Amino acid sequence: MKKLLDVKNLHTSFSTLSKKVRAVRGVSFDLKEGETLGIVGESGCGKSVMAKSLTRLLPSISSHIDQGEIYYKGENLLLKRERELRKIRGKEIGMIFQDPMTSLNPTMRIGDQIIEGYALHHPLASKEEMKMRAIKLLKRVGVSDSETRLTQFPHELSGGMRQRVMIAIAMISSPKILIADEPTTALDVTIQAQILGLLKEIQKREQMSIILITHDFSIVAGFCDRVVVMYAGKIVESAPVDELFRSPKHPYTRRLLNSIPRLDLPPSRQLYSIHGSPPDLSSKIKGCAFAKRCPHAMKLCHDGCPSSIEVSKEHHAACWLFDPRIQRKEP
Amino acid sequence: MPPVGYLILEYRERSLKVANPLLQVKNLKKHFEHKGKVLRAVDGISFDVFPQETLGLVGESGCGKTALARALMRLYEPSSGDIFFKGESILKYKGKAIKALRHDMQYIFQDPFASLNPRMTAGEIISEPLAIHDTLNSYGRQKRVQELLELVGLHPEYMSRFPHEFSGGQRQRIGIARSLALNPRFIVCDEPIAALDVSIQAQIINLLRYLQEEMGLTYLFISHDLAMVKYLSTRVAVMYLGHFMELAPSANLYENPQHPYTQGLLSAIPIPDPLIEKKRTRVLLTGEVPSPINPPKGCVFCTRCPKVKPICLQKRPPLREVAPGHSAACHLL
Repeated sequence: MKKLLDVKNLHTSFSTLSKKVRAVRGVSFDLKEGETLGIVGESGCGKSVMAKSLTRLLPSISSHIDQGEIYYKGENLLLKRERELRKIRGKEIGMIFQDPMTSLNPTMRIGDQIIEGYALHHPLASKEEMKMRAIKLLKRVGVSDSETRLTQFPHELSGGMRQRVMIAIAMISSPKILIADEPTTALDVTIQAQILGLLKEIQKREQMSIILITHDFSIVAGFCDRVVVMYAGKIVESAPVDELFRSPKHPYTRRLLNSIPRLDLPPSRQLYSIHGSPPDLSSKIKGCAFAKRCPHAMKLCHDGCPSSIEVSKEHHAACWLFDPRIQRKEP
Repeated sequence: MPPVGYLILEYRERSLKVANPLLQVKNLKKHFEHKGKVLRAVDGISFDVFPQETLGLVGESGCGKTALARALMRLYEPSSGDIFFKGESILKYKGKAIKALRHDMQYIFQDPFASLNPRMTAGEIISEPLAIHDTLNSYGRQKRVQELLELVGLHPEYMSRFPHEFSGGQRQRIGIARSLALNPRFIVCDEPIAALDVSIQAQIINLLRYLQEEMGLTYLFISHDLAMVKYLSTRVAVMYLGHFMELAPSANLYENPQHPYTQGLLSAIPIPDPLIEKKRTRVLLTGEVPSPINPPKGCVFCTRCPKVKPICLQKRPPLREVAPGHSAACHLL
């Protein structure tokens, strides 16, 4: 399959008066056509910052993309001007944000918010045409009574309905890539199942690639083709979804998977937990960021940062344990 | 921390039937009135909580879980019904008697960022219940705070730090230490892990379980995370629009859910295993929870139920026993 998006060694940081927080510290991955990529990590691991860096949506005053390359269809997005980027945002790469309560404009009617993006990319489209498109789209994302919904305001809709409107806004220009940043975190499980089902259905019809950003491994299992696990601003492991769940390699991934309570297994054992908490990203991290919490940590782990190692086909882990140069004593 | 075996749980399940309930709730209602409209947050719920068990309470947001918990503790004044704690009705209590009740009943709040006073140190926060109830002198309180901090897995030195200096998991530990200060018998845990990361959630759940074994606590554990509830609970109650839909021992509820709502809820939860996810057939619940200001006539679940019958639109089904210890509110059972 063709690579649609190729991210190389991306670094993003935030500057405050007193310190510099390195939120993303060298992330490389790619996205293929029609693929669903899951990016998983706990809060503060840099997954949202990374996603917003892709289309340069972060505030330019406090944040800075220090280095890296983001290729979309062979062009580096980081070298583009703001004006050129606007033609890509929404039209080529769409985005759904976590909280549908705060990411819709409370003073604008739903209809106007949906067609705003379309009008920007199609200046010649007539009002009638845009309205018809919006109605059709709302129907497709499962909003009943779509004609009257167009004139309503966000506060008149429930959380699930708002998220459907967000999806409609992202879909109006039929983007090639949809970045969904925690699209179901604010919703109840039954609504979550509805929204994920809807996204899958749209993806099939539109042949679009999805980047799903989430903290929830269980969603990833049924939704994604490939998974990337992030920790403290870096990718620690990436693999096809079946492979990752069957044989996770990185100690962090293994522990994280073990700490999820399972609905399908009897609750017979004590839950695994990872002691301690993630490192502070404003100070310099020497060695592997997970070393302090890792039960397998060696002296080397505290000194040198491990690079990504291919443990099997398409399965990479950034851990010294899998470095072929490390000689291990077999017990 | 000693490992907590499944056997202990099983043993506890069997001994439940013999014990007298610690808490009895009879037809409890909590209605909120605003501008002539009535919001029925809790609408006639009856159940018992037995000593040293964990009763899990699950449901979607806005179904009345927190209103029920707060009404139990008399943080909200119940509209009608009755609550018996250790065999005595607590609705008659006034002033000092309510204060004394807090010795036995405590509350762990959902959001560890909002429920700790940012201007008090951890030590002050934890010793506040001791000061209010005037149980120890200041030296004794300090000793007790140190003890409590160690009990919840924090360093005693942390007592002079302020809440913003702690991570989310540590803050929740402080909230737990505060609720344990008076040696209560019954604790309401209101979504204690919802604001935490997965790896930290497990730490807190293990801590709660350890404390239960050590101190013989009884929990009402509220959560929307059914997998976590399964892990911790002896029995589970499923709530929808102010009513219990199903109440059963944990193992029964998850393996053999009777109510269509429970079935839909369980099937909506993703399982972290791609092989199982691919094979799974889903009972998808359509639509959304109706407004509690204007709940459906008849069964409250009738607007979303895949098995709805004409009688469901007419009459509200009572919660009744469908198997020993397993009750559900559905006309079809």
